[in-house]
Amino acid sequence: MFQSFIGARSDKVKNRVERGAVKKFAAAIGDLHPIYIDEETGRKSRYKQNIAPPTFSRVFDYGTIDGLNLPAKGLIHGEQTYTFKRPLLVEEEVYCYTEITDYYEKSGKNGKMGFLVLHNTGEDRNGEFLFKAKQVVIITETVRKEISV
Amino acid sequence: MTVLQQLEVGETLVDIQLEPVSRLALIKYAGASGDYNPIHTIDEEAKATGLPGVIAHGMWTMGNLSKLFTSYYEEGFIETFSIRFKGMVFLHDVIRLQATLAEKSPQALRFQVRAVNQRGEDVIAGDVMYSLYE
Repeated sequence: MFQSFIGARSDKVKNRVERGAVKKFAAAIGDLHPIYIDEETGRKSRYKQNIAPPTFSRVFDYGTIDGLNLPAKGLIHGEQTYTFKRPLLVEEEVYCYTEITDYYEKSGKNGKMGFLVLHNTGEDRNGEFLFKAKQVVIITETVRKEISV
Repeated sequence: MTVLQQLEVGETLVDIQLEPVSRLALIKYAGASGDYNPIHTIDEEAKATGLPGVIAHGMWTMGNLSKLFTSYYEEGFIETFSIRFKGMVFLHDVIRLQATLAEKSPQALRFQVRAVNQRGEDVIAGDVMYSLYE
């Protein structure tokens, strides 16, 4: 049962906002703005550096939670909320972890659905908050039966 | 006064209409994001889960939506970006991105944001709290 995972979190993983990864991500969302990719534009900006698009943080490694096996298929992404202290800077180090903050079930027209709430957090090297991404994942009855939760 | 501070409640940022969704765009997003769930790239896998064909990553649409704000980087930044995924996006769909100013204060602007398909249906919708620099 997912209830037993509420409060579980991964160990922090060191990540870097890699310049090449930012460019590839910006291209994939059709937003190759100079503030993301042109070094001169970055230097002249208030950030003195290029920044990353807001949703770039999904490329980071957040570690794994022991014993948690989410199915690779059949999950539905219901909601996503980001909170930022500031934009992420290209080449900075970000320390990331994930935690399960809630799990509940609701009965709907397609049977009983599970709602898993995850928080992915990024901090700087001093442990100061940079961003948080809350994700609500819906686990359908079919998938719940397959993984017997 | 900056561009954003001159906006009045009810006014919108310039809409962006995306190119029709292509499989290559979704393959690129899979590679760039690391989300290789095959329902976004391989028809057989999508059909095996009961879908008519591949669907776009919800985060592809959300990622696109953020570009309405990119050019204002000297004026502020997105402090919160909150989205509900409301409808699926299929190949060849034509998505339009919209942001409407809902509230303003000297420190922050709240926009209602959405991505709408060619039938006028919201595929994602939510809020952006845009924090303004001094």
